Amino acid sequence: MPQIAQLAETYSSQIFWLLVIFGLVFFIIGRGMVPKVVETVGQRDAQITSDLAAAQAARDRADEEEAAWRTRENENRAAAQAIIADAKADGAKRNEVRLGEAQARIDRETDDAERRIEQSRRSALEEIEAVAADATQDIVRRLAGLDIDDVAARSAVKGAMNHG
Amino acid sequence: MAAQQASVDPMHQFTIEPLAGASTWELVGYNIAFTNSALWMAITAIVLTVFVLGGLRRELVPGRWQMAVESFTGFVDDMLEANIGKAGRKYLPYVFSLFMFILFANILGLLPLGVIGLHPFTFTSHFTVTGIFAIISFSIVLIVGFAKHGFHFFSLFVPAGTPLPMIPLIFVIELVSFMVRPFSLGLRLFVAMMAGHVLLEVLSSFVISGANAGIGTGIFVGGATFILMIGICALELLVAGVQAYVFALLTALYINDAENLH
Repeated sequence: MPQIAQLAETYSSQIFWLLVIFGLVFFIIGRGMVPKVVETVGQRDAQITSDLAAAQAARDRADEEEAAWRTRENENRAAAQAIIADAKADGAKRNEVRLGEAQARIDRETDDAERRIEQSRRSALEEIEAVAADATQDIVRRLAGLDIDDVAARSAVKGAMNHG
Repeated sequence: MAAQQASVDPMHQFTIEPLAGASTWELVGYNIAFTNSALWMAITAIVLTVFVLGGLRRELVPGRWQMAVESFTGFVDDMLEANIGKAGRKYLPYVFSLFMFILFANILGLLPLGVIGLHPFTFTSHFTVTGIFAIISFSIVLIVGFAKHGFHFFSLFVPAGTPLPMIPLIFVIELVSFMVRPFSLGLRLFVAMMAGHVLLEVLSSFVISGANAGIGTGIFVGGATFILMIGICALELLVAGVQAYVFALLTALYINDAENLH
């Protein structure tokens, strides 16, 4: 077993070189490089954490903005509905007024027309009475040779027409 | 020449051979020859440095290499945090160096470089090396323990709720189990690595002897042993990782004792 057989002659060299080389490894790699590697890992973890936080914040902000947009949209819609309702009511009122005016004009014209008809009818009747009275005076003169005055003839005609 | 004695010495692979300064390099009277063991420590250190350097690009979106290095640091970091807590962070440089150095040494020692004429040397199969690792870890435990808790650190040897008459006995038992830690720590790695390498060597000698004994024996014994060797190689790769992990994990657990008492 060389480990024991060579112990006396090699132990000092083994110990010396191990301490030198492991010492170099410890100071160069352990103290020099490993902290940098660990730091890089830490930086990456921090970066990931902050990125996630930023993404969460952005999402929250987007949500807020969407909610705000939604309320604004609803308000706008309500305003639009109100304008439409106003316009409708306005239109309906104006329509009514115009309809009323038209109705009134129609009524007036109808009344005028009726009055005119009535007048025409009355004047026609009077004309008929006059014609009938003339005819009556004429008939009486020719048949009986009597001269009746205008008033008597007219009242006789009126009485006959009224009894129909 | 088939009759030539094919002998495989399974222990030869652990022999330390000086490469430079076998008798001339001395430090205050002690020989510090640059051996094949030291060479493989240097190779391990260089390979490990190259590996970690590849992960030092510090990109926010890591490539494969950086990802691999970061998963190793993350693995050791998580282990320390799980066993020691937040205070475990400051031991990351040491435990990471220890874990990676042992892991790379174990795996480099298993590489089939013999095929191209090189001789991999597993320095973790020497208890002089694993012993130093164990002593360093144990020293950290002692230094941290006494620096942080002073003489109160001795309460580690008296579990809470021990009846008064039992305290002297328990104290001695706990003290012994505490003092055995560096030995078990160092011996475990050394034994596991050596046993695996000896086993592979012995099995390979079966293959060679079987092949030399004739075609039938070669196929029957050699073939079966070769298939077994493939399996054992996979097992040894697992052991290389597990032993490095166990060493680092136990170091973390012992440091936890010192850091948090109990």
